[in-house]
Amino acid sequence: MAKITMTVNGRQVSGQCDDRTLLVHFIRENLGLTGTHVGCDTSQCGACVVHMDGMSVKSCSTLAAQAAGSEITTIEGLAANGELHPVQAAFKANHGLQCGFCTPGMVMTAVDMIRRHGGQLDEATVRAELEGNICRCTGYHNIVKAILAAAVEMGGARVAAE
Amino acid sequence: MGVEGIGARVARKEDKRFLTGKGRYTDDMSVPGMKYAIFVRSPYAHAKIRSIDAAAARAMPGVIDVLDGKQLLADGIGNLICGWMIHSKDGSPMKMGAWRPLAHETVRYVGDAVAIVVADSIAEAKDAAEAVVVDYQELPVVTDATKALEPGQPQLHPEAPNNLIFDWQIGDPAATDKAIASAAHVTEITIHNNRLSPNPMEPRATLGIYDGGDDHYTCYTTSQNPHVARLVMSAFYNVAPENKLRVIAPDVGGGFGSKIYIYPEEIVCLWASKRTGVPVKWTSDRTEAFLTDAHGRDHLSTVKMAFDADNRIIGLKVDTTANLGAYMSLFSSAVPTYLYATLLSGQYDIPAIHANVRTVYTNTAPVDAYRGAGRPEATYLLERTMETAARELGVSPAELRRVNFIRSFPHQTPVIMNYDAGDYEASLDAAMQASDWNGFAARKAEAAKRGMKRGIGMSCYIEACGIAPSAAVGSLGAGVGLWESAEVRVNAVGTIEVLTGSHSHGQGHETTFAQLVADRFGVPIDSVNIVHGDTDKVQMGMGTYGSRSGAVGMSAVVKALDKVEAKAKKIAAHLMEADESDIVIENGELKVAGTDKTVPWFQMALAAYTAHNLPPGMEPGLKEGAFYDPANFTFPAGCYICEVEVDPETGVTKIIQFVAADDFGNIINPMIVEGQVHGGLAQGIGQALLEGVHYDPANGQLLTASYMDYAMPRADDLPSFTVSTSNTPCPNNPLGIKGCGEAGAIGSPPALINAITDAIGNNRLTMPATPQKVWAAAHAAN
Repeated sequence: MAKITMTVNGRQVSGQCDDRTLLVHFIRENLGLTGTHVGCDTSQCGACVVHMDGMSVKSCSTLAAQAAGSEITTIEGLAANGELHPVQAAFKANHGLQCGFCTPGMVMTAVDMIRRHGGQLDEATVRAELEGNICRCTGYHNIVKAILAAAVEMGGARVAAE
Repeated sequence: MGVEGIGARVARKEDKRFLTGKGRYTDDMSVPGMKYAIFVRSPYAHAKIRSIDAAAARAMPGVIDVLDGKQLLADGIGNLICGWMIHSKDGSPMKMGAWRPLAHETVRYVGDAVAIVVADSIAEAKDAAEAVVVDYQELPVVTDATKALEPGQPQLHPEAPNNLIFDWQIGDPAATDKAIASAAHVTEITIHNNRLSPNPMEPRATLGIYDGGDDHYTCYTTSQNPHVARLVMSAFYNVAPENKLRVIAPDVGGGFGSKIYIYPEEIVCLWASKRTGVPVKWTSDRTEAFLTDAHGRDHLSTVKMAFDADNRIIGLKVDTTANLGAYMSLFSSAVPTYLYATLLSGQYDIPAIHANVRTVYTNTAPVDAYRGAGRPEATYLLERTMETAARELGVSPAELRRVNFIRSFPHQTPVIMNYDAGDYEASLDAAMQASDWNGFAARKAEAAKRGMKRGIGMSCYIEACGIAPSAAVGSLGAGVGLWESAEVRVNAVGTIEVLTGSHSHGQGHETTFAQLVADRFGVPIDSVNIVHGDTDKVQMGMGTYGSRSGAVGMSAVVKALDKVEAKAKKIAAHLMEADESDIVIENGELKVAGTDKTVPWFQMALAAYTAHNLPPGMEPGLKEGAFYDPANFTFPAGCYICEVEVDPETGVTKIIQFVAADDFGNIINPMIVEGQVHGGLAQGIGQALLEGVHYDPANGQLLTASYMDYAMPRADDLPSFTVSTSNTPCPNNPLGIKGCGEAGAIGSPPALINAITDAIGNNRLTMPATPQKVWAAAHAAN
């Protein structure tokens, strides 16, 4: 057992957990943030993606102890002041989700993807970047559409701000 | 239709909670005192259990108890059942072997559960499960259905000699044989439909809660049909009587058929909760899902299709062997019979059909309905045969289909189904135009210059949805009726709750069902709540599968809305001193037609509940229920075209374009319908190109038990799709809906395989068409 402290969605949190506890279980069980999901045992499906110090990681293959002292953002921390993040809004507008189970990981992956590529994303790049996220419902068609739409929206916003 | 009514492209109401991490799935549920379960599962595909010693495990830290199958049997918990009786052609009933929720004598597939460990944490339960000592005596194994029927093979169940469950037939064997004997041409082909794992992204989970104070059970579970779960657990498994058992299927992360069935884990966790006195939660990991979720397909068929001199089909003979795995799952017997062979006429006018189906036990996971359930098997078989025949006859695949299309409706096939409406040529034309079929030759020539082999293939599918008229399915052996129920409650302030027995696990019912109400009364969909998935709230329902929520579930809502509308008009007429036949409902108001007199919807609702001024004799309140039993199946149909490029150096297939032209009848929300098609196409393409469950035939070990070994379609395996609809309304339900949930998975595999075989010039190719197989087939052709 170890005491771990980290910042999750802007709030400092601490918890006791086994050394073997995975970050995803710390988030779900200790913090009660159940938006981050577990869809496989082999770090393939990406339902568990969160941001650690601004970069997307699979929380099913990260020990909670490895995240000590870091800044974690989960799907619950993405919307600000009751407004959906542009990626969340684009998923809704483009029907980029059906059962919703892979969605938190998809959205967190997409936010990081757009951050890295800016407004320069094209369909082939989005599809390649989604290699680590599996969806069984949508056939990815509308997920790709949503990410491209969000990239334009966010890229456009940045240009406007500059 | 209005901005939120029928036909409107409304963004989904349920999206916000899923997008913000506020979805509530079964594994997200937590109750005071809750403990965690891990199942001890057989590592052998076939073995006798000599003994189970859990003493060491029980003494480990955090362990509450370890329970086994003998205790379960002693407590009177029943066998799992198959709910659809099939009789062999000799009249004998299907041979059902016993399936215990926890095996206590024999295990029959890798993953068969033998004990449950309940502990303070998952980690402690896992540690203890490792310490349960099960003494197995290994038995010989058979995993292949054809082999399992041969003499001298391992026998799975004493009830089923030679592992044969039933030997069933449909159609007219004599007429079919005669047609084949007199044919100008007979196309013969062997068709293998590969075994698949459904893989909804949410693994199965259940939370069993026993309340000793009221002797009451609550079961949270990942189910497509919580009421059927309650019915079966109450009536057959002796878990608890219905009034003492509440089943809740909250947000469910995809199903695709695999969450129709009631699995051992639900039963055992409820029972274990009573035995241990604590709530017990179990969540499958992905490997357990591969091992124990019901698989799909696994057919081997031989086909003879007979043509006359004008290329008209005069007879079709099919012989199929279907692998049902180690036990008969809930609807396993219906899938390779009435959901399969009744669709063997396809879109074609075929005067004589005969199909024979043998189902077989093997040492593999149970096989049951997976998206499409029987209809993909029928479509793949027919459409590969049609393409093969077109090549043999030297006619274009489109023309061969055109010549044989059914053109007048209703049409009675020789295999039970009576098609009510359709326009197959419209879909074919739409797909050929969208894919620029006529420009293919030039594209092929251009690809050849780059050293690539380009191919094009089509598939014209039909399916039977809206399952189904209760009396009809009852006469065919179903143990349940397949109606649906709905209740519409108008609150005193005019907001509306719709309770439905359909269950949404991705289909968007919270939006589309609300659109029906918005369309009818002109109220915003935000004032309409859809309630489903809880047996304490919705009285009864049959759930969601077989693309039935629109055709059957929504029809029940329509019937209840009719009753609400009639009463609302009576109240409004009374309030405005008008004749009820003059009342119209528009934009949230009840109006006297041709006047400026109106009563707002909420005011009418309030009047219903204050009951100060109602028509004489009228009951207060505004709440109506309805049960809807469909008059017929519905028959969605369409044409899919796939164009591929195969790299002859590597065997890698690239999908250049995939075109879907469907006839779904009337559409409530086109955005959601398109999404259903996209998802279905991805699963069908997955089956054709990537996915396959493999067991080691020597020992029955599952070789594809993780996403490292089982190839799920990923974003870069798929193209963007070109989808369209040309719709003929279904004449048999009030909304004219046919259903759209499975079409993509049904129609796509043959279109893709037909395209690849066209590209490589070799028709001998099985699914999944991996690069290795395609490379070998391409080189064998040369």
